[in-house]
Amino acid sequence: MTFQSKVIKYGDEVSTDLIFPGKYTYMMLTEEQMAEHALETLDPEFGSRDVAGDVIVAGWNWGCGSAREQAVKCIRKKGIKAVIAKSISRIYYRNSINEGLLPIVCPEAVDQMENGDSVEVDVLAGIIHTKNGDFSFPKFPEFVLGILNSGGLIAQVKNEIAGKNA
Amino acid sequence: MAKTFAEKALGRAAGYEVQEGDIVTVYPDFCLSHENASSVADTFHSIGQEKVYDPDRIVIVFDHTVPPPTGSYANSHIKTRQFVKEQGIKHFYDMNCHGGICHQILCQEGYSAPGLLIVGSDSHTCTHGAVGAFATGIGRSEMAAVWATGKLWLRVPQSMKITVNGEFKPGVAAKDLILKIAGDISSSGADYLSMEFHGEGISRMSIGERMTLCNMAIEMGAKNAACKPDEKVFAHLKDRAKKKDWEAVWADEGASYVKELVYDLGDLIPATALPGRVDNYAPITKSAGRKIDQAFIGTCTNGRLEDLRAAAEILRGRNVVVRTIVQPASVEIYQKALKEGLIETFIESGCVVNHPGCGPCVGVCGGIIGDGEVCISTANRNFTGRMGSKTSEIILASPATVAASAVNGVVTDPRDFVNGSAGKGEA
Repeated sequence: MTFQSKVIKYGDEVSTDLIFPGKYTYMMLTEEQMAEHALETLDPEFGSRDVAGDVIVAGWNWGCGSAREQAVKCIRKKGIKAVIAKSISRIYYRNSINEGLLPIVCPEAVDQMENGDSVEVDVLAGIIHTKNGDFSFPKFPEFVLGILNSGGLIAQVKNEIAGKNA
Repeated sequence: MAKTFAEKALGRAAGYEVQEGDIVTVYPDFCLSHENASSVADTFHSIGQEKVYDPDRIVIVFDHTVPPPTGSYANSHIKTRQFVKEQGIKHFYDMNCHGGICHQILCQEGYSAPGLLIVGSDSHTCTHGAVGAFATGIGRSEMAAVWATGKLWLRVPQSMKITVNGEFKPGVAAKDLILKIAGDISSSGADYLSMEFHGEGISRMSIGERMTLCNMAIEMGAKNAACKPDEKVFAHLKDRAKKKDWEAVWADEGASYVKELVYDLGDLIPATALPGRVDNYAPITKSAGRKIDQAFIGTCTNGRLEDLRAAAEILRGRNVVVRTIVQPASVEIYQKALKEGLIETFIESGCVVNHPGCGPCVGVCGGIIGDGEVCISTANRNFTGRMGSKTSEIILASPATVAASAVNGVVTDPRDFVNGSAGKGEA
């Protein structure tokens, strides 16, 4: 699991209100509609840009606040592969695993990456290659990789239930 | 070895001894959802299982979009009502005389109880540690998986200990303590931690005050929060407990903590969190005088009877000079406030009283703010754009501070109105 990406960089304390506003949170939207509103308050152009395959690099406490998982779904639907941050709020981190978006916590790497940089991420080895050097992040435990490899928690549960009924 | 609250509560749920760092698979006693239940139901159906694991563990409360301001929200309610019927879910609180904000309902109606494991598809689920439950927030897809399988994995968190001594001075409240703590440790100062509240200062607090504290643990990144269950909790649950097999668990003396803090309530003065970040702490002596356009008293943080009393005490016989919204946290509280004459006080002073719910706090209905406007609020979050316009701002404070500010149209020290003790003390 190694991939190359372009960096989109944001700052500290990007709340889920900034990633996906509350006014859309209780509407019944498709993932495409969620993607249109992604990061609307912080970066109004994001929703209409082609960011497929990119990674978001952010400072401390990315995704703080509400448990709304649309804040994960909307950027994953845009094709964002991973969030690399100095820290990620607990519920956002968990939602990311469950939705198949890679949550990578690596404070040392964040300051070495700029908007538009190319980076390479080796997920299994836990290494980010940047133009300013290589940085390690804690490897994901087996069961977390299991969820990510299944394509998220719901896909995994579906497989389990289908297996039981087979 | 001495154990923390999290180790004991999750050990109880797992059925064996656990320690911090362990991953456990556990079956929550109650699973809470609100309006996002319609989305959870869609995901549940996509899994391909006909019936939920146990309908009696599911609690659904409408609070975020009541009464529904758009057809889309009304349709979401319809979908959830159909699901409730289809699955035989008894613990359902529609918009009626039994309803309110989900966290208030869960505590008020006796779902939350000591030692129980509660998960909710809402980040403020940590509130239920106020009665000694282990309670934490999860996403809505994960909730669909829990509805289907009955279980989820949790890592047993490390813990921090906050010891609270002393008594509040007049005009100072639990909200002022938790805003001070957020300012001291920062919005990620409790990341992934179990936040334990200890000390005689907590024992003296009402369950409602403890809810205010535990509610805001998530604003510092905590996984959960907890207060020691005591006689106040046991008395509350005597006639209300929904599950009878709850068990009081608490941290052992000598348990290990990654952080320890000590506060004396007598040292505190009214607090505010200035716009943008919950840890943007400013003592009232620094924030007083800032202009406001709206005041909001309510939410799962501060919409309880004691909060309404504190606000009414200041508003009685005075007029508000900015738009002021009062929203009791449940209909039960609303009725008690009516009987006590608090609602009359609010209306006579110029406030608007909303039906119990979350609307303004989450920027959905009942008090959205416009471009460049500033709202002082008793809620738990002041993130940019949360209550409406991207250019609007939110200041967080206690019910007394919000009420005093509504009277003056600027952020105001409530001690100016309480026992003539204005300006004393400094934290």
